[in-house]
Order: sequence, then structure tokens, then C-alpha cells
Amino acid sequence: MSAHNIDHSLDSFGDSTASATRVTPGNALRPEDIAIAQEKPSEQVAEYALRLGDDALILAQRLSHWISRGPEIEEDIALGNIALDQLGHARSFLSYAAKAWDKTEDDLAYWREEEDFRSLHIVEQPNGDFGVTIVRQLIISIYQHLLYTALLDSGDATIAAISAKAVKEVDYHRDHAIAWTLRLGIGTEESARRMRHALDILWPYVGEMFEDEELHAALGDVAVAPSSLRAAWEEEFTAVLHDAELAVPTVPFAMARGRRGEHSEHLGFILAEMQVLARKHPGATW
Amino acid sequence: MAAQQESGGSLSAVLSPEEQAGQDRFNAIIAEDSRIEPRDWMPEAYRRTLTRQMSQHAHSEIIGMQPEANWITRAPSLKRKAILMAKVQDEAGHGLYLYSGTETLGTPRDVLNDQLMTGKAKYSSIFNYPARSWADMGAIGWLVDGAAIANQVPLCRASYGPYGRAMVRICKEESFHQRQGFEILLELANGTEAQKKMAQDAINRFYAPSLMMFGPPDSDSPNSGQSTAWKIKRFSNDELRQRFVGMIVEQVKILGLTLPDPELRFDEESGTWKHMDLDWVEFKAVIAGNGPCNAQRLQRRRDAHNEGAWVREAAAAYAAKMARKTEVA
Repeated sequence: MSAHNIDHSLDSFGDSTASATRVTPGNALRPEDIAIAQEKPSEQVAEYALRLGDDALILAQRLSHWISRGPEIEEDIALGNIALDQLGHARSFLSYAAKAWDKTEDDLAYWREEEDFRSLHIVEQPNGDFGVTIVRQLIISIYQHLLYTALLDSGDATIAAISAKAVKEVDYHRDHAIAWTLRLGIGTEESARRMRHALDILWPYVGEMFEDEELHAALGDVAVAPSSLRAAWEEEFTAVLHDAELAVPTVPFAMARGRRGEHSEHLGFILAEMQVLARKHPGATW
Repeated sequence: MAAQQESGGSLSAVLSPEEQAGQDRFNAIIAEDSRIEPRDWMPEAYRRTLTRQMSQHAHSEIIGMQPEANWITRAPSLKRKAILMAKVQDEAGHGLYLYSGTETLGTPRDVLNDQLMTGKAKYSSIFNYPARSWADMGAIGWLVDGAAIANQVPLCRASYGPYGRAMVRICKEESFHQRQGFEILLELANGTEAQKKMAQDAINRFYAPSLMMFGPPDSDSPNSGQSTAWKIKRFSNDELRQRFVGMIVEQVKILGLTLPDPELRFDEESGTWKHMDLDWVEFKAVIAGNGPCNAQRLQRRRDAHNEGAWVREAAAAYAAKMARKTEVA
């Protein structure tokens, strides 16, 4: 299915420049539009949107660190663009979630405490070298692509509309990650060694991505049960690794409960950096 | 400087008949204010001057990403974070675009990059000042990008085709950057006392360095004469500085802030703005490598390059393997 099921009230949204370097087709959904729209999510829907938004926000924060540090200027641009897309998705989901509590995207991003975030451990993992970042991107982009594709059918019109925009962008992220996985997996001894290492250190956080919560069942067709994505994810991920002459890691999954607010030790530092300026000036606008 | 001492446009060494024909055609193109294209014959000194100027400009874009990238992870709202990311990404795009333009003159990008990393090539000295506060994102956009625009708009008509066309595109994005910088300052200026103070402090620090972006006074600008004759440069350093001061004098009133220049006044008699004396000793010291952040900026570039070496090697090896596979198939 496509964006056809989207509520017509969302069709009138204006031009989007979520990615300033790419012209986005008209009628794309902007966070500002969501913030002023009438639709107000239930607390449960908002809780679900928080999960989607927090994953994208923390990933964007991590990726943005690459800008001016990439192995080629082209990669400064590519990773910057992916970070910008993720930030755009985060802003949309958080703007929507925020309405349930009469708050704003910035209230949620800058004034929540660590335990109130709902991000997965995988997006919190450090960038490492370029290989670690690429493996993290491969894991996430295949996952997000399946997730947003399934969410096109969400019973919640706003979540479906945000997903419709996001899925097109995540498709590029997936292409980018696959292309680099092939280059680095097949390229040199050194690059293959680094990729095997990256797979080993990130694999423990893959299990959490597919764990269902009561929330998913309670939301019915609004949400997608993460476990339903697992088979397709494994098939695609394994196929890419095979083409890249890499093996699926055998290390065990870690207990990771980011969805319950139990985070990695990394998140505290990520938030300390992200929130420091906003929190120095309570009540200020920027 | 080398470019100046050698035969710039004409004369000096004896030219072969082919070279003479090329020189005549070059002179005619310059005289009729038309464009030199990569395949046209051009004097070596013209090529060198442009290579130096365009690559310096590219380096400035690349190094200029750093002070702003410094604030991406701490931007105080998600919207500002998105705008800043897009802006820094634009700068990477400008750098890439200008390196490609420079390559049309015959010097490959890796050679230019080496010149930057070894300190042989220069870049705009202003990026050797630190971006200490969020308000610096505003001041850099308003003053630094503003000065860059004043410098670059005339370059849209530069005699070398690829450079002029690159500048048309870059100037469009730069004017957006300047507006976003001004908007940051406007928001701060209308904000809390602490925000206002932050904005004024940033303007105080970036005012003089941004005026120095136009280069030394005309009386001390060795390369200007030849560049003007070649129609690369259209206005003198002081003329452009004047134009810029006239602009920001008006804009700062809208902010309700001040320029840190007690001597600033419009001189009716000469029809020009008089500003305070600029510290050219400091300017030269920063260009020579002694600014607050020169070492840090270059090291960051070297680190990114060195840490990315295995990635580039892998990409090259992969491309070679795939090419062999295609041949075999």
C-alpha cells in the first residue's frame, strides 16, 4: 500500500525542506505542520511515537558527529544528509507525541531525563571507526525500512504519513550502508577485519530491536509488532553479509531494555552534550 | 609572490607561434569580457593564480565546517540543529564543487588536499578563531558569510568560466546562510539578558576579523593589480570592505545591538565609511599559522584524512576487483 490511506486532512501540508540540499516533493509532512494540526494522539499512540522518534533522534545525534570528520568529503555530505533525514523523522514523531501532553518537540528532546527516553541500545552505541558506523547503519536502515514500510498501513494517519516520507529517505540510507558494506567487506584484508570486529561489537544489540511490548498489542493496527519484522530483516541482512563475504556473528545478544528507560552508559553522555545549552537557559527561545 | 613576478598576461619570454596565437585569443576574450574555458589556452601565471585562489576558497569551505560543526551536537533546539547541519553540509558541497572547478585547471584534488594538510596552502584566516558560544553561529552566518558574499558576488563574473559558474551557485546558498545567521542573532537579541549578552559578545569578537576577510588595504595588496587586469577581481579590497560596512551598519540597528567600533562614521566628503584601524599584525600572524585555532583545525583535517585512509584504500581495492570481474565475465 502507499500513502493513499492517509487522512485527507494531512494532504494539504506545505512544501518541505527537511533536507535543505534535496528538494522534497510537495505536500510532504513537516514537523511544524504536525505541531499545529488538530489531531492529538492518545497517550499510548504518543508512547509509540516516542519510541520511533527517540531512535531517530539519538541516531541523528551520533551521525552528526561525522560531519567534518569523514574519510572523504563525499562522506561528510552523505552521513550529514542521513543524520539530517533522521533528525527530520525524529522531529515529526516527537512533535506528534508531544501533543498528547501539551508539550513541544523541544520539551521532549531537551527536558526529559535519561530514563524517560525510549531509544534502543543499538542507536546509542559509539560511532567507532567508519566500519562500525556503517555496520550500525546497515542494521538500522534495513530495520527502519521494513518498519516504516509496514507503518504505511498504520491505523494512525499521522504515523502513516510520517512513515510515508521517512521510508523514501531510509531507502537511500539502506543503499548507502549496503554499498559500503560491500566495499569494506571485499576491499582489503584490513577493511574486512574491521568489519568483522564491527559486527561482533554491535551484534549484541540486535536482539532488542525485535522484542514486542504490551504497548504493541494494545495499539493494534496503529503499531507494528517488532517481532514481525525479524524474519525479513534476517533474510536481507544475511544476504548483504553474504555478498560482502562476511559472516553473521555468533556472539550472544545482550540484555538491553532501552524501551523501558534502562539505557546503555552512553546515553547519559549523549544527552549531557545535546541538552547542555538549552538547560542553561530555561524558558529561552532560540 | 610568484604569480606576480612572472609574465602575467603578455610579453617577457618569447612565445612560439601557437602560444602567441593562444595569447592573442586569450587577450581578446578578456578584452570582450567573455569567458575562458578549461580547454582554452591560458598563460601559466593565470592558471597558477586561479588554482591558488580557487583552492584557497575550497580549503576555506572545508576548514570553515569545523567551527560550526562544533555546535551541531549542542544546538539549543531541534530546528536550529537541522538548519545548522544543512548549512555545514552545504559548505562541504561548496568545497567539493570548488575542488572540482580547480581540477579543471589541471591540479588533482589529492594534491590540493596535501597542500592544505601540510600548511603549504592557505585558507580564510577567520576560521582560525574559536566558535565559543551558540551566538557565534549567528555572528559567523551574519558577518563571516556576509563578508564572503560581498567578496563573492563580483566573482560570479570572474573571467574563468568554471569559477564564475561555481560562484553563482555558491552565492545563492550563502545568502541563505547569512539570513539564518541574522535570524539566530535576532532571536537572541530579543531574548533573555543572557542571550542578548551572548549575541553582543559574538559580534564584538567577529567584527574586526570579518572586516579583515577582504584582505589587506589596497596600498598593501600585491596580487590585486594583475587579478584585476585578468578580470578575476572586479573591485579592490577596500571597495568591497566599504560596501560590507555600509550593509552591516544598517542591519545591526534592527538587532538593537552595536558594532564594536567607536570610530565608525560616514564621511560625507569622501562618501565612504571610516572604521577603526584593523590589526594587520594580528592578521598576518594568524595567516602565518599563529592564530588561536590554526593547529587544531589542521590537525582535525589530518586526523580525518589519516583515519579514513583504510576506507579509501578498501574502496579503491573493491573497485579494482569489480573491474577485473567485469573483464573476466
